[in-house]
Amino acid sequence: MRLLSRKATCNSHGQDSSYFLGWQEYEKNPFDEITNPKGIIQMGLAENQLSFDLLESWLTKNPDAAGFKSEGESIFRQLALFQDYHGFPAFKNAFVEFMSEIRGNKVSFDPSHLVLTAGATSANETLMFCLAEPGEAFLLPTPYYPGFDRDLKWRTGVEIVPIQCTSSNAFQITEAALLDAYQEAQNRNLRVKGVLVTNPSNPLGTTMTRNELNLLVSFIEAKGIHLISDEIYSGTVFSSPDFVSVMEILKARNYENTDVWNRVHLVNSLSKDLGLPGFRVGAIYSNDDMVVSAATKMSSFGLVSSQTQYLLSAMLSDKKFTKKYIFENQKRLRQRHRMLVSGLEKAGIKCLNSNAGLFCWVDMRHLLKSNTFEAEMELWKNIVYDVKLNISPGSSCHCTEPGWFRVCFANMSEETLELAMQRLKAFVTEYSSTVLGQNMSSSHQSIKNSRRRSITKWVFRLSFDDGRDREPDQR
Amino acid sequence: MAIEIEQPCVGLSKVAVSETHGEDSPYFAGWKAYDENPYDETTNPSGVIQMGLAENQVSFDLLEKYLEEHSEASSWGKGSVSGFRENALFQDYHGLLSFRKAMASFMEQVRGGRAKFDPNRVVLTAGATAANELLTFILADPGDALLVPTPYYPGFDRDLRWRTGVKIVPIHCDSSNNFQITTPALEAAYSEAESMNIKVRGVLITNPSNPLGATVQRSVLEDILDFVTRKNIHLVSDEIYSGSVFSSSEFISVAEILEARQYKNSERVHIVYSLSKDLGLPGFRVGTIYSYNDKVVTTARRMSSFTLISSQTQHLLASMLSDKCFTENYIKINRERLRKRYDMIIEGLRSAGIDCLKGNAGLFCWMNLSPFLEKPTREGELALWNSMVHEVKLNISPGSSCHCSEPGWFRVCFANMSEQTLEVALKRIHNFMVKKRSE
Repeated sequence: MRLLSRKATCNSHGQDSSYFLGWQEYEKNPFDEITNPKGIIQMGLAENQLSFDLLESWLTKNPDAAGFKSEGESIFRQLALFQDYHGFPAFKNAFVEFMSEIRGNKVSFDPSHLVLTAGATSANETLMFCLAEPGEAFLLPTPYYPGFDRDLKWRTGVEIVPIQCTSSNAFQITEAALLDAYQEAQNRNLRVKGVLVTNPSNPLGTTMTRNELNLLVSFIEAKGIHLISDEIYSGTVFSSPDFVSVMEILKARNYENTDVWNRVHLVNSLSKDLGLPGFRVGAIYSNDDMVVSAATKMSSFGLVSSQTQYLLSAMLSDKKFTKKYIFENQKRLRQRHRMLVSGLEKAGIKCLNSNAGLFCWVDMRHLLKSNTFEAEMELWKNIVYDVKLNISPGSSCHCTEPGWFRVCFANMSEETLELAMQRLKAFVTEYSSTVLGQNMSSSHQSIKNSRRRSITKWVFRLSFDDGRDREPDQR
Repeated sequence: MAIEIEQPCVGLSKVAVSETHGEDSPYFAGWKAYDENPYDETTNPSGVIQMGLAENQVSFDLLEKYLEEHSEASSWGKGSVSGFRENALFQDYHGLLSFRKAMASFMEQVRGGRAKFDPNRVVLTAGATAANELLTFILADPGDALLVPTPYYPGFDRDLRWRTGVKIVPIHCDSSNNFQITTPALEAAYSEAESMNIKVRGVLITNPSNPLGATVQRSVLEDILDFVTRKNIHLVSDEIYSGSVFSSSEFISVAEILEARQYKNSERVHIVYSLSKDLGLPGFRVGTIYSYNDKVVTTARRMSSFTLISSQTQHLLASMLSDKCFTENYIKINRERLRKRYDMIIEGLRSAGIDCLKGNAGLFCWMNLSPFLEKPTREGELALWNSMVHEVKLNISPGSSCHCSEPGWFRVCFANMSEQTLEVALKRIHNFMVKKRSE
């Protein structure tokens, strides 16, 4: 008899995908400024390392929070024993207020509707267990975070059906794409339970437009399904347009306490905004009491350490600190983003215009030998093994168009980012003239050139649209 | 927008609306009575005393002293926060190496050095609750079964079954031999599953046992190992109470048996452990799976992404558990204090005319009230339990909530309160029994 379960022996954990192979190469030869300056620079890790000094200074000024003390008195025992899956009340209060602050206080949240989980990884999986049966499906816009293949499908048996988005409209979700995805699910005999979006998007680094959000709300209303909005990057929006949460849209449409209201659920975390992925702090927010109740019980399988809940309740309750942190963090992200974008430009590489996240969605289609995923893989291998940069290929994010890559900018020092850009420039110069130049006839070359020009025009237009949504909307 | 409305609103999954989480059972109703009227020495001396919570509160002073003397454990470096960012970023599902080493070494110490543990086989999870569920996902498919000896921890109904879709088939144990697991009982459970067309994937035991408060004997462990080998199935040994054995020499871990067998057939054995009971830190969510099967280790590690331990907590405990001086002292004193509490409750119950199963471990005793039931049935037991909760005002756990096949047994916790409170509880029982005998 087979000794392990089907779940244990299948590949749904996704760890054999290219996304993880790049990491493996990095582990074998990791860059270090001093000890290994020729090593691989990690640009595949969406971490926020820009604002630790702010956290460290707070910790130094507030030693009680990590020292199990409250107003000088030890509360070690209470914390050690506290395993109530309803969560530490002071922490939930501080967390929802922080969520509200990040959303410009345009929406407020009820702490009793917040469920704490060991990271957003756990939150997303838990929501799948609550909302779908094995064999049912959720629709996800592509490109999407590679981890979803594991988080949403592995132990739950739920399927993902992609909502295909393309560069023709900056990868925005369209009504047609939604309907196509829904139909695709029907064709595969999969019952659709909901849509899951990441807003701001990973890997695009863009906030969703009001238009897209309205579209989504109307779609789930019509189909009678759920909407999960993973807003894990909400605190990383560094330039306009402002972040609009789906909750704001529901409010604007007067949907409070309707059926639709009860079918919209948020996922959040402190891993990206505060840069604390190790502390495993995630949350589900739902307006539906039954979802909150079921998710709360399920959180027993992934509770947040009370030691950590206490530390963060103290930190997030310090409103002076959170205000300063949010502002400063966004400023630094903006600067880094600019640095990456201009560095790429010098190498003749454009990105999708973005205003959020810890990465850029980079267009290297002009560097492909052919418009295929094989060519993308080949280019990616060159970049990992020769240029020694670990970036994430679009195919690992289920992008439908070859040639796009996610490149992170917030998980290294400025100097390292500079170095990465220099390496890339050197590579592109050589690659363009040798590899690409050889493979093309002059006519092919001019077609390529004109395509590059029109793409350039389009990207340029986007980058000047800073103050407005990319599509006409109903504002 | 022309989007047709095609079907009625969808609700939640079957898992979400099922009652397999078990929270509507009487086990939890007793807690409700306590929550509504909790005992307090000064402010509510006639309230309900919580004796249904298997917490270890007898050795906190030792932990507090350690923390006072080693502030770097909770603050990322002596007098500074220099290690903070590295720790905050650390989300590797392999877990902090220093913590895994400390955990392996602590597990060795708890077993008096009679078994060795390899840090590379230690997989970290947010509590034993997560570890047990995770192992079930790995070892069994939905519809399959694990055999679990009764009486067992009520939480298993949720942990092993709820989201996994796996079934529990009980291995019936009874008082005729002190509730020990026998080979005929194992065979009977296996046959029962077979007759229902259910595939058995493994046996899960808790050693020391919850709720019995007793260690599993060597010969029984040998029999169980032989059984699972014969049937080509797994063995999960939940050793969460291993550090709560009153006398070190009396606990035999399945790890020792495997070592004695030179690890033959060991790839079917997996140990679950946690710091919730031995160190009294349930809030910190520290559990572990120790598996002798490489594929299980790899898969469990990957799955642990859903239930990682906060790196802040790993750092704290790596420091504490690497301090061999501290751990040796802690294990010894914790054991002595638990034994003292156990002796106190056994004596108190005996003088009230109540017998308990002979125990040697854990945070509770297994009390026999079957002679005092109106009717030797589950209803009789629940009626008596009702009196206990509402008249005597003690929240204890009825054996039926632990799936015990014989009515009248109750689990009574003794380590989650002060000695004074335990005295009060014993006095109340004494008075109740006097009254009952006079009726």
